[in-house]
Amino acid sequence: MVQAINLALKQEMAKDKTVLCYGEDVGVEGGVFRVTEGLQKLYGDQRCFDSPLAEAGIIGTAIGLSINGMKPVVEMQFSGFMFESFPQLMCHAARMRNRSRGRFSCPLVLRTPYGGGIHALEHHCESEEAILAHIPGLKVVIPSTPFDAKGLLIAAIRDPDPVIFMEPKRVYRAFKQEVPEEEYFIPIGKAGIVQSGSDVTVIAWGAQVRECMKTSDEAKKLGISMEIVDLRTISPIDYPTIFNSVSKTGRVVIVHEAYRSFGPGAELSATINEEFFGKLKAPIQRVTGFDIVYPLLRSEDLVQPEPVRILEAIRKVVGK
Amino acid sequence: MFLDTHNPLTDDPIQIMDQDGKLNEALRPKELTDEKVKEMYEKMVFIRLADDRMKKMQRSGRMGTFASIEGQEAAQMGSVSTLEKTDWVVPAFREQLAMWMHGVPLESIMLFWKGNEAGGKIPEGVNVLPVSIPVGSQMLHAVGLSWASKLQGKNEVALTYFGDGATSEGDFHEGMNFAGVFKTATVFLCQNNQFAISVPRRIQTASKTLAQKAIAYGFPGVIVDGNDLFAMYAVTKEAVERARRGDGPTLIEAYTYRLGDHTSSDDATKYREKAEVEAWKPKDPFRRLQLYLATKNLWSEQIEADLKAKLQPQVDEVVAKVDATPDQTIDELFGYTYANLTQNLANQKAYMKHVTELQAAQKGGANA
Repeated sequence: MVQAINLALKQEMAKDKTVLCYGEDVGVEGGVFRVTEGLQKLYGDQRCFDSPLAEAGIIGTAIGLSINGMKPVVEMQFSGFMFESFPQLMCHAARMRNRSRGRFSCPLVLRTPYGGGIHALEHHCESEEAILAHIPGLKVVIPSTPFDAKGLLIAAIRDPDPVIFMEPKRVYRAFKQEVPEEEYFIPIGKAGIVQSGSDVTVIAWGAQVRECMKTSDEAKKLGISMEIVDLRTISPIDYPTIFNSVSKTGRVVIVHEAYRSFGPGAELSATINEEFFGKLKAPIQRVTGFDIVYPLLRSEDLVQPEPVRILEAIRKVVGK
Repeated sequence: MFLDTHNPLTDDPIQIMDQDGKLNEALRPKELTDEKVKEMYEKMVFIRLADDRMKKMQRSGRMGTFASIEGQEAAQMGSVSTLEKTDWVVPAFREQLAMWMHGVPLESIMLFWKGNEAGGKIPEGVNVLPVSIPVGSQMLHAVGLSWASKLQGKNEVALTYFGDGATSEGDFHEGMNFAGVFKTATVFLCQNNQFAISVPRRIQTASKTLAQKAIAYGFPGVIVDGNDLFAMYAVTKEAVERARRGDGPTLIEAYTYRLGDHTSSDDATKYREKAEVEAWKPKDPFRRLQLYLATKNLWSEQIEADLKAKLQPQVDEVVAKVDATPDQTIDELFGYTYANLTQNLANQKAYMKHVTELQAAQKGGANA
């Protein structure tokens, strides 16, 4: 996934001279995960550079840059440090179009590694998508594969609104996938059906899509056919795709790493219930993080959703 | 001239016109002819009249809470007058005069504070950002704007306004730091009006001056008598020219005083002595200009009365337009969250329309 994102950045920077990449360590070093490697060499230090260590500064300047004709694609080194920039994101980037009645907008992209599973430090493992998706005016995108990462990032860069592009760091180097050289994009706001099935709709995103895929064989042995929806965009949510799937299966399991209470699963569950109450064959189940501070590395596996938990939830809704 | 000689740690505020309207002709900017000064004075009066009118409207429920400019007119007039049309003004929330001078219609300013989002629409070609209410958050935008200009070879300068309270915010320091590192064409204009609502300047920082903070970021900081139109113009002009040459940012501390309350919801008599306010009154920017213009036979009680008689109807005309402007429609309320309406918002918009119809029907039923 690292190479796929790097390729998307390279190609967009080549195509559009207004695209800038900056953040902490993104220039000379190419980012702590090497996502921006080689960009400074290719495009110079006016277009890919290190910024001072100041998250509000990164987003605040990106707001001004994007209002005045540039396309900043900035990196927050870890999503856990994003909170320093939160007032800028929430009070300005998300609102500038509305506040100015369309005169100004902030078409910036904030890229950030997020999520657990690599045994990292405190503040390096959390999943903050619900907090961001709660804010009107922001879009929140999470790819689950290298192929999607490239296509979604190109779409994000060309989007007219601020996009938070959350990269599941656990998937950065977890598996290989052919990514086409040529340009393509995956529209923001469209979920993907990564596996068709008939008994239960399993909704996931980021690293959890693979956990669901891993569960699929076990489920099959029990005679359960899973339809897996990769949400891909957390805001705005593609309800037509979800509703289509649920009308076929009548059963829903939602899987996410984020904390349970007020998490994206709660929103999804509420909306699906509003549409399908009475038609659902079983109550919706959520497999999520726990409402405790994300544990340090020795215990982090306890809070991560994984096939045993996912399968149990699936069996519960299917009744097998 | 001022920027390389002024020491913000030891020097008094830069002054060209003293408290009694006496001018140091040697330092007078050549653009500020008597005619020009008279014109600037008249525009300050216009905004003061508008400000007074907004206060009255607020008391009668026709205007929301807003922050009066009273006392800071010269600081804004002197600084904003140095800009080219293509330069940027990035205001906080007390910059009615600077915004208006740089092209935002007074009508828009009034509409915004009345609570109508239509007021936030800055006209095309006017490079002013909308009002920014979170204190200290807007300076970074000015850094970004001027940085973009530099990257595109556009040579625009961004002038950003903020108060003494904003210098305690982290974003102020990040903005100053980025501007220094990337040498952006940003002019930071701190209107030190001595109070952040009720908290006096001494509680914001142990620094002797606010201007001295620039030293730490590697660029000039100067203190100017903020009620001196001539000094505000001269120093800002030098900072703007410096920025345009590519020599980087400047911090200007305009030493002034908030003569009024923080906002129309505030009562400053609760936290400051009457004597203190009275002591500042002779330094009022209007009084000083009147004293100066009177020596040139360009001001008298009669001239003032005639001027106000001429300007008041212009204010009334704007107020009439504001009063006649409809509130935002439901389509407009939902129309600017994203470039394109999402399905979710389309559903919520339909629901809001349904609710208003339902409410109208019930109201109709009750009346019948």
